[in-house]
Amino acid sequence: MSNTMTYQANEKGYYGDFGGAYIPEMLYPNVEELRSQYLDIMKEESFQKEFNYLLREYVGRPTPLYLAERFSQKYQTKIYLKREDLCHTGAHKVNNTVGQILMAKRLGKNRIIAETGAGQHGVATATVCALMGIECIVYMGEVDIERQAPNVARMKMLGATVVPAKSGSRTLKDATNEAIRDWINNPVNTHYIIGSVVGPHPYPDMVARFQAVISEEIKVQLKEKEGRENPDHVVACVGGGSNAAGAYFHFLDNPDVGIIAVEAAGKGIYTGESAATSALGKEGIIHGSKTLLMQTEDGQITEPYSISAGLDYPGVGPMHANLFRTGRGEFISITDDAAMKAGMELAKLEGIIPAIETSHALAIFEDRKFKEDDIVVVNLSGRGDKDLSTYIEYFNL
Amino acid sequence: MLFLIVQRLFDHVIMNRIKQALQKDKQGKKLLSIYFTAGYPQLDDTKKIIQDLEKSGVDFIEIGLPFSDPLADGPTIQESSTRALKNGMTTNLLFEQLKDIRESVNIPLIMMGYFNPMLQYGVEKFCKKCRETGIDGLIIPDLPVDVYNEQYKSIFEKYGLINVFLITPQTSDERIRFIDSVSNGFIYMVSSASVTGSTKGFGEETKAYFKRIAAMELVNPQIIGFGISDQKTFQDATKFASGAIIGSAFVKHLTVNGSGGTSSFVNSIRPLTGF
Repeated sequence: MSNTMTYQANEKGYYGDFGGAYIPEMLYPNVEELRSQYLDIMKEESFQKEFNYLLREYVGRPTPLYLAERFSQKYQTKIYLKREDLCHTGAHKVNNTVGQILMAKRLGKNRIIAETGAGQHGVATATVCALMGIECIVYMGEVDIERQAPNVARMKMLGATVVPAKSGSRTLKDATNEAIRDWINNPVNTHYIIGSVVGPHPYPDMVARFQAVISEEIKVQLKEKEGRENPDHVVACVGGGSNAAGAYFHFLDNPDVGIIAVEAAGKGIYTGESAATSALGKEGIIHGSKTLLMQTEDGQITEPYSISAGLDYPGVGPMHANLFRTGRGEFISITDDAAMKAGMELAKLEGIIPAIETSHALAIFEDRKFKEDDIVVVNLSGRGDKDLSTYIEYFNL
Repeated sequence: MLFLIVQRLFDHVIMNRIKQALQKDKQGKKLLSIYFTAGYPQLDDTKKIIQDLEKSGVDFIEIGLPFSDPLADGPTIQESSTRALKNGMTTNLLFEQLKDIRESVNIPLIMMGYFNPMLQYGVEKFCKKCRETGIDGLIIPDLPVDVYNEQYKSIFEKYGLINVFLITPQTSDERIRFIDSVSNGFIYMVSSASVTGSTKGFGEETKAYFKRIAAMELVNPQIIGFGISDQKTFQDATKFASGAIIGSAFVKHLTVNGSGGTSSFVNSIRPLTGF
């Protein structure tokens, strides 16, 4: 193994065996236009200036790195929470949409499309489109539209058009298909803001770079608080994996920092109602990327399940597929029940109601033990307001 | 050595089914290719549809291997795929249905499908099976020409399969030349920036694109697909290319009529006496 071993994407968008751009020719010009320019644009001083300005003044960054004392005490280790839940719109998703809307402007696009599952990415996209006065169309599975009414209303208030995806299973993967079709039909004026580290190159790398602000801040904040930049472990939940990619980014190539990825086991990994892609997935192609995905023996993509709408994606970003295959990342699956319990526990111990996605990451401490003097950073990716009806139903509140 | 020579000859015969058909264009006949989704409307319709299409005088047949997430296709083909999968279609079953198809038809057969099911089957195993079955070529929309060229070309060639690539109105001249250089049969020319199933007809912009490509004098003939749904659009498209492909319109026909009435559909597109 050479010293240049990296867990970042190479210039063709591969993380080890995973990634690339498996796209129909109809998408090639759009994706190529983005691929050939994204790094240069991101490096421009004016871009960096505007991006950082908006993150600070509009999103509310830096988000605190908060030492959760009572939670730490309970689990006998030092647990910091990276408070992405305090971002404008309530989750880390907005870091990426701010970056991509600025990218779209520089590419001369005047129409934005996005896919959304639970609606968080849709809201984050609609938000930045409102901010910039750009037309916004969000594709959302018909089933999700029914179960996520408040987020649909938010997007409408923000001026977005929400288009129901009526094909296939009518959830996130179908919304993504519809958004891709829209892009095929509108190749010139439209930018597609993908919400996670999935899709064809350069999306996984670009989205990871926009989310990398999370680990960049962790380093600075930890240095202030602990006198060292690197925690012993970074923990994040993984659906597609954008909050995780951001939390891991600056630690990926530092073997002293343990990387822990938490997937949704749903009702149990082998119950047929799960979204634990690393355990159940096989190598294949989904939405233009070679990665691990849940599929039948025949290569048909299957529908995952989790109580958390943000984790029920049948694939996982290629960065994470590579972290899993190489053993760089430790993958843990958490059931619905364990996640709900952990969400309630954080509320009681710290006065923070987490998104159910995040509750999965918090649930690992029950079984995964750390040393007392370990520093463990958990990315608190989103707040639980959007999940209140699920919490109410689950706990009979 | 002798085996190799025999194999080469065999390859030659196989490839000629597509190439021979393409010769007809030079004799003034515009080629008609028809797509259908295997396993739709009924699971066991595959063979009958192929036989009827050949009898109706179609020049190529594209057999769609259904996929759960066909992102280059519009609602008509996606719904037919969903239905075909519900009917129980699988890659293995399709090969099983086609196993003695060459006893009854001689028409060029092209398998069209997305890459993931082929990847799960095993690309080499899939290609081998295609050849044993008498499949002449493949269209795989989400296997980009670059990846094919670097990783899979030698496998396809080993089994004498012609892989067909797409170009669109947005494809640059440079890339079209590259695709032409990698191609070895025909180029699938997507008529407009759209998924399958659009029926808007061709405007001036589209015609200008058809003319631009025709003027490039590519090595491989072009066959136009997407948005061809009736006699008018077929005639308009084939003014500028060797032939045209109909997919969604035929799938709609199957939805309404079942697997019967194929010849009347084909006649409505290209009357037998017309060309």
